[in-house]
Amino acid sequence: MIRLEGVGKHYPGAARPAVDGIDLLIEEGRTCALIGPSGCGKTTTLRMVNRLIEPSSGRIVVAGRDVTAADPVKLRRGIGYVIQGTGLFPHLSVAGNVATVPRLLGWDRARIAARVDAMLGLVGLDPALFRDRRPASLSGGQRQRVGVARALAADPPVLLMDEPFAAVDPLERGRLQREITEILRRLRKTVILVTHDLDEAIRMGDTVAVMRDGRLVQHDRPDQVLAAPADAFVAEFLGSDRALRRLTLLTAAAACRSGERPPEGAPEVPAEASLQVALSILLGSGAEALAVVDGGPRPVGTLSLAAIRALAAGLPDPSGAVARSPPLV
Amino acid sequence: MLDLVAWLRAHPDLLLRTGGEHALLSGLSLLIAAGIGLPLGIALTRQPRLAGPVVALVNTLRTIPSLALLVIMLPLLGTGTAPSVVALVLYGLPAVLLNTMAGLGGVPSDIVDAARGQGLAPAQVLARVELPLAAPVILAGLRSAAVQIVAAATLAVFIGGGGFGELISAGMGLLDTPQLVAGALAVAAMAGAAELGFGWAERMATRRLGPTAP
Amino acid sequence: MVWAIENGDVLLEATLQHLALVGQALAISLAIALPLGILAARRPRLHGVVMALAGALYTVPALALFALLVPLMGLGQGPALVAIVSYSLLVLTRNVAVALREVPADILDAADGMGFSRGRRLLRVELPLAAPVILAGIRLTAVLQISVATVAAFIGAGGLGDLIFQGITQDHGDKVVAGAVAASLLAVAADESLRRLETRLRLATGLAG
Ligand SMILES: Nc1ncnc2c1ncn2[C@@H]1O[C@H](COP(=O)(O)OP(=O)(O)O)[C@@H](O)[C@H]1O
Ligand SMILES: [Mg+2]
Repeated sequence: MIRLEGVGKHYPGAARPAVDGIDLLIEEGRTCALIGPSGCGKTTTLRMVNRLIEPSSGRIVVAGRDVTAADPVKLRRGIGYVIQGTGLFPHLSVAGNVATVPRLLGWDRARIAARVDAMLGLVGLDPALFRDRRPASLSGGQRQRVGVARALAADPPVLLMDEPFAAVDPLERGRLQREITEILRRLRKTVILVTHDLDEAIRMGDTVAVMRDGRLVQHDRPDQVLAAPADAFVAEFLGSDRALRRLTLLTAAAACRSGERPPEGAPEVPAEASLQVALSILLGSGAEALAVVDGGPRPVGTLSLAAIRALAAGLPDPSGAVARSPPLV
Repeated sequence: MLDLVAWLRAHPDLLLRTGGEHALLSGLSLLIAAGIGLPLGIALTRQPRLAGPVVALVNTLRTIPSLALLVIMLPLLGTGTAPSVVALVLYGLPAVLLNTMAGLGGVPSDIVDAARGQGLAPAQVLARVELPLAAPVILAGLRSAAVQIVAAATLAVFIGGGGFGELISAGMGLLDTPQLVAGALAVAAMAGAAELGFGWAERMATRRLGPTAP
Repeated sequence: MVWAIENGDVLLEATLQHLALVGQALAISLAIALPLGILAARRPRLHGVVMALAGALYTVPALALFALLVPLMGLGQGPALVAIVSYSLLVLTRNVAVALREVPADILDAADGMGFSRGRRLLRVELPLAAPVILAGIRLTAVLQISVATVAAFIGAGGLGDLIFQGITQDHGDKVVAGAVAASLLAVAADESLRRLETRLRLATGLAG
């Protein structure tokens, strides 16, 4: 769990605070995507959590402990940290990089070696092939995987990520976002992910926190933020295609009227496909409804254009499709 | 040529003594220059406000002619080994100091940030990340300092510091060409050896950093 | 100090002699290094040779080089001039070649695209853009030559080094210091004035920064 209470940062000499009294609660095991225009204070907020930047005001509690009272160096060994350029140490091998924090913590050699291999395997890099390579010989995506492995090596409960995939090519980025999200969920890490990429925020965040000029303007589940932007600024930041984006969060299975027989000759859509895919099939075929299939002998149900329209408009959801996570505090 | 060989055969102990003096003078001066330049360079990268004036001062020091630097303190310090070492330290210091600062300044800030973020204490960041990454540039500074000191140490003979300069000076005074040439070649060889030795260390340090910088 | 005041004319004459020596050496070096550097910038093989030789020669102590030239050329101002030039020539050539090679390729491409002939491109584009870096090379060379000219007094060049050597043999500390301080001031002044010129040139070519 990470809790920020009235946290602010006023850089010496700056006209106004870079971060201005932020309250934010991230539940244990959840990922919060911190998003907003460049210069709005995302990085500053993130770096106050591991005290690479000293807050000017407020309190930050990580895993029950007040961060501002801790020894910053020891504190950081218990908080994973991943940054855009990865900041891998070029003079150390991949294994040496991943072993950084375990070595600082004084683990014995055998335990470190085992841990390095486990971490590399976790992020999808074959230890036998990658252990002894140098960062310079890796692709951007591979480097970022090593960066994540290094951050997770000592099993910190909390992870801070600052635009981790911004420098990776789009194809690899999508793959990384899916895989890393899956890993973080499985390990139940509490994560703050800074990004300026809305798709990344929606894809990876259990919640999305939107910042503007050092203030937090909205913090909610992605679908809620997309359905009901807090103000005109958030609405504009999300873009006029936010209704379409929201459809990527919902599956055909969750939105269909189950048990209802589809009309004769209705095109099929897989149950796990997103509503955006379903809509695309509907528009492409000119049909009014789709047969939702899951590989069984009969369709699971029917998905109508009207149902999608109702969801996209943020109307009360008849099927309860949007119920991924409990309400926020 | 034959004269040279004959002279070398006739004076092995002279060559050995002046060579020993030259090596001692240069080695000691380099050691002290490094002992001052390295920590001072590290301290100045942490105190950017002091760095400006010190760099300006050191740049001025660097333009002072080597012979002038050696003799300028003559009335103050007199002659002999000690004043020679003082002058040679001042002569080698700029290269060590400026390259230490340039090397540390050239370490990418995101790597330092990542190191701090992983929980390395300031001294650990310096020892495990910054110094290894700055090593090639720092070694290049030590290489120039070594070559410059060995060269300038030739002039130490004029303030009684001994070294190979003695052969050149005596050769000139006695119109003894073989001795003159022997002294000149000996200094050139020692300077070349310093260049090659530190050049090798520099390449080793660079290789440790991997094929290309990321 | 006392000596310098009482012998102002001697000090002035030595300084002028020193300046004349370095001025001649610099002029000769430039006359050779500019064309050679331009050529080396175009010919990779020659460039490699110049770089290697300049690097090797730089490690040879000035006094050693001068001593080696004595058996060949004897003593006096002429040999001293040759010695100073040969000591600094390759360093200057290397700087000229490096300066020209640093001119961005896309600018040269644009010039070619607009139909510049090779000679015109050199005069109108390459040399003006390389000028600040070439001037930096000239500054380093001038400072180096002021320094080695002091040592060249050992082989009869005269100048401020002469005061130093005379002072040493006559055990006249004031005279030594006067020569050393004057040589130092000369070097610092040359460095500073050429540095200012360099900044002005950088601003003029739009390469400030
Ligand atoms: N070290 C610093 N000193 C002074 N101002 C800073 C510093 N770091 C960031 N800022 C300023 O604080 C504001 C927020 O910066 P940052 O947190 O990096 O924004 P973001 O990550 O959202 O782009 C910006 O106006 C930036 O210029
Ligand atoms: Mg940022």
